[in-house]
Amino acid sequence: MNAAAKTPEQSSSHLSILRFSTAGSVDDGKSTLIGRLLHDSGNVYEDHLAALEANAKKSGSKRVSLALLTDGLKAEREQGITIDVAYRYFATPRRRFILADSPGHVQYTRNMATGASTVDLTIVLVDARTGVIEQTKRHAFIAALLGVPRIVLAVNKMDLVDYSQDRFEEIVADFTEFSAKLGVREIKFIPVSALEGDNIVERGDRMPWYGGETVLEHLETVYIAGDQNLVDFRFPVQYVLNPNQNFRGYAGTVSSGVVRVGEEVIVLPSMKKSTVKAIVVAGRQMRGEQLSEASSRDAVVIQLEHQIDISRGDMIVRPKNLPRATAQFDAMLVWLGDAPMDTGTRYIVRHSTRESKAYISSIDYRIDIHTLGRIAAAPLVSNEIGRVSIAATSPLFVDSYQKNRSTGNFILIDPVTFLTVGAGMIIDRGRSDAPGAGEGDDEERNLHHESALVTAREREARAGRKAVTVWMTGLSGSGKSTIAKGVERNLFDDQLPVFFLDGDNLRVGLNKGLGFSREDRSENLRRAAEVAKLLNQAGITVICAFIAPYAEDRRRCQEIIGEDRFLEVHLSTPIEVCEKRDPHGLYQKARKGEIKNFTGVSDPYEIPEAPALRIDTGSSSLEKSVQEVVSLVLSRSAL
Amino acid sequence: MHLPNHLEQLEAESIYIMREVAAQFERPVLMYSVGKDSSCLLRLAQKAFYPGKIPFTALHIDTSYKFPEMYEFRDRMAREVGLNLIVHRNEAALKDDANPYALGTQRCCALLKTGALLEALSMHEFDAAIGGARREEERSRAKERVFSFRDKHGQWDPRSQRPELWNLYNGKLAKGESMRVFPLSNWTEQDIWNYILLEQIPIVPLYYAAKRRVVVRGDMLIPVMDSDPRTYQGQRVEEVLCRFRSLGCYHCTGAVRSDADSLEKIVAEMTQVKTSERATRIIDFDTDGSMEIKKREGYF
Repeated sequence: MNAAAKTPEQSSSHLSILRFSTAGSVDDGKSTLIGRLLHDSGNVYEDHLAALEANAKKSGSKRVSLALLTDGLKAEREQGITIDVAYRYFATPRRRFILADSPGHVQYTRNMATGASTVDLTIVLVDARTGVIEQTKRHAFIAALLGVPRIVLAVNKMDLVDYSQDRFEEIVADFTEFSAKLGVREIKFIPVSALEGDNIVERGDRMPWYGGETVLEHLETVYIAGDQNLVDFRFPVQYVLNPNQNFRGYAGTVSSGVVRVGEEVIVLPSMKKSTVKAIVVAGRQMRGEQLSEASSRDAVVIQLEHQIDISRGDMIVRPKNLPRATAQFDAMLVWLGDAPMDTGTRYIVRHSTRESKAYISSIDYRIDIHTLGRIAAAPLVSNEIGRVSIAATSPLFVDSYQKNRSTGNFILIDPVTFLTVGAGMIIDRGRSDAPGAGEGDDEERNLHHESALVTAREREARAGRKAVTVWMTGLSGSGKSTIAKGVERNLFDDQLPVFFLDGDNLRVGLNKGLGFSREDRSENLRRAAEVAKLLNQAGITVICAFIAPYAEDRRRCQEIIGEDRFLEVHLSTPIEVCEKRDPHGLYQKARKGEIKNFTGVSDPYEIPEAPALRIDTGSSSLEKSVQEVVSLVLSRSAL
Repeated sequence: MHLPNHLEQLEAESIYIMREVAAQFERPVLMYSVGKDSSCLLRLAQKAFYPGKIPFTALHIDTSYKFPEMYEFRDRMAREVGLNLIVHRNEAALKDDANPYALGTQRCCALLKTGALLEALSMHEFDAAIGGARREEERSRAKERVFSFRDKHGQWDPRSQRPELWNLYNGKLAKGESMRVFPLSNWTEQDIWNYILLEQIPIVPLYYAAKRRVVVRGDMLIPVMDSDPRTYQGQRVEEVLCRFRSLGCYHCTGAVRSDADSLEKIVAEMTQVKTSERATRIIDFDTDGSMEIKKREGYF
């Protein structure tokens, strides 16, 4: 076990653990790479090696097959393939490693997802002869889907391409182009030969043109401490400790963030507030030790100042930093069950320590695992991935997976067999923040959200406000544009970055060519919503004025812009009043039949059920109407 | 007193798993085999529920062939920790004088360990059994889940295991089904020893080097038991400075030459070790893949 390099002092000093997974097929030499990594770093026991040598002798081969070190179950060994996730443990003086070895076969998406769910890094193997193929992309995609922050692309079998630098760089260029869309934070390229050992642990002298790290050097030094979400404090209560009258504490593991003694907290779902009285852990002499703070991953017991009824599944958070408490959420879902998904089944959803019954209320689309394109919605079958909406029977306390890996995940359990049938990653509604979750048609299916270095949050912090979109909907002549312009003027004078987005103006430029059919109207609105979203992201508050007669279209606009930014204002002015105003003479033309599909006359207007604000300009003055909208904006854009 | 970063992480993970068991199952049991891994399990269970008591019954599957020091230690720990300890033996098999000389190690294990275990689990209707197995120990364990599902017959089928993503463990069971839970899954032998040292956890004295009477067979040192002539009859008995790296039945456990008579020395020795722990278990030499066969049948 790396005997020469290690001293007792080093082995017990402050080592960190790196969890990583590997992806690639048997043909890519994955098992050989792992075997090589273990062997060359001095992490193979002599008796295990002896068993391999005996095995080699038995099968008449001259070379010990390092691949056999990692191939686990007997039946699989006989078939010569690995079919499950196997965990390996090794250490060097610099780090401890936990390797989740996942197979690369088409039908085993679930195993790869399982392996990737807990890791800091994934090694994706490519055969230097074949380069980046469909399977490479699939592996990288699943890693990105599961939120793995970094990928190492190990270009293997360099010995079979004469250690060609040109070939390596060609593959680097191919993969770089593809991976730009994935949103993986760090990608590292290393040319290796697992069979010969080049650039795995030792550098070797056959690729003098490569000046970077070897695989092991990279694994030993890559910085991972920054991965933890230390901002959003989330503490799912796991178990209530109430051993005697003097002690009541809540046992659990901090999912993310930090909490300190004396801080104010709030308990979900009761929304009761209290203060952290003590953070307790058992010390080695089995006495209680008091901590002043606990952070992400710590298993502790929290005591509160007040007597509150708290049970398993509740969540303790900060009053000013709440997760979304919701029974309905969207997610990317990996289907693990042998039986296909069924939208009529009431599954059990397990999120952190909380459970609820839940239906899969809709399937938006599936991912074609070969092309990574989107395909038509249909119930997922085993090893399929898709975007779905979940409707639970009681609220869960969720964050988006992208923002918080630990409170953004869940599993679905079959209510009859109790098997784990689905694994989900929660998406903020309307935001394309998971790979493959972007809006768009087939042409755009491989586009992914490009995250900039400046975040929306930073912009908001600088502006001191959150940009929002006021969506004014109502009949023609209800006063949308007039109020919108008044609101824009008013906010502008208040030093707020604001922009009035008018339907007619858009139709002159961006939406030129779109008519007034159902489809064209939809598309007109979708584009408008996308523009509003971009402006919001740039920190500009948007006032939209669109008739937008269909509830479904408005719902989609809300999804695009984001629930927390979208403020629907319904101008409920009666049609008689609108028709009397008829500023452009449109009602007159519609009544004569000169305009077809005119809302209110020859096409329906679906009244919003729960707008943020409803104004009847027939009875409310312009000034008062403007003021109402301005107040709404100011209150909802406050940070 | 702070643990090194990696041990802190492993400890927190194990405590989380212990608490999940307490929350998800109705009749969980803590398997107590008296060895070093069990000692760690016990400490982790204490920590997980401090200042409350361990909410699990403890179960020792006794083959009757354990070292006397193990029985002494077991009873002392049960007293000190305040364990509710059940000891179970396959009395029927012992009455028929089941032993490895007559039956071979595999058959003997099947009766005295696996058989006794399944009998105890069903007799007390335990729905979850917490064990100290580690994935690093043996190749077939590398794929073991943290929550390992067993059917109505206590059997393990590699294909019916539930995928484990993130830290979401699915412990739902139908009547008669059960779960084996392994909180030490991600620990290595070195981690165990470091933890025992840093936490000053009591262990059976057999782990410390001392002069012991053994039969030397190649690299293997087979312990001599005065109470059982089969362990020395017709063989040359020597006194060797040695210790046990892992503990089982005395028939089937080999000692290793060592002068490590303190925890510090054991930890130092562990950093130099070149063979796996199970190499000192004679039992695993039966056939390649023997552990896996036993696991399928319900062995821990």
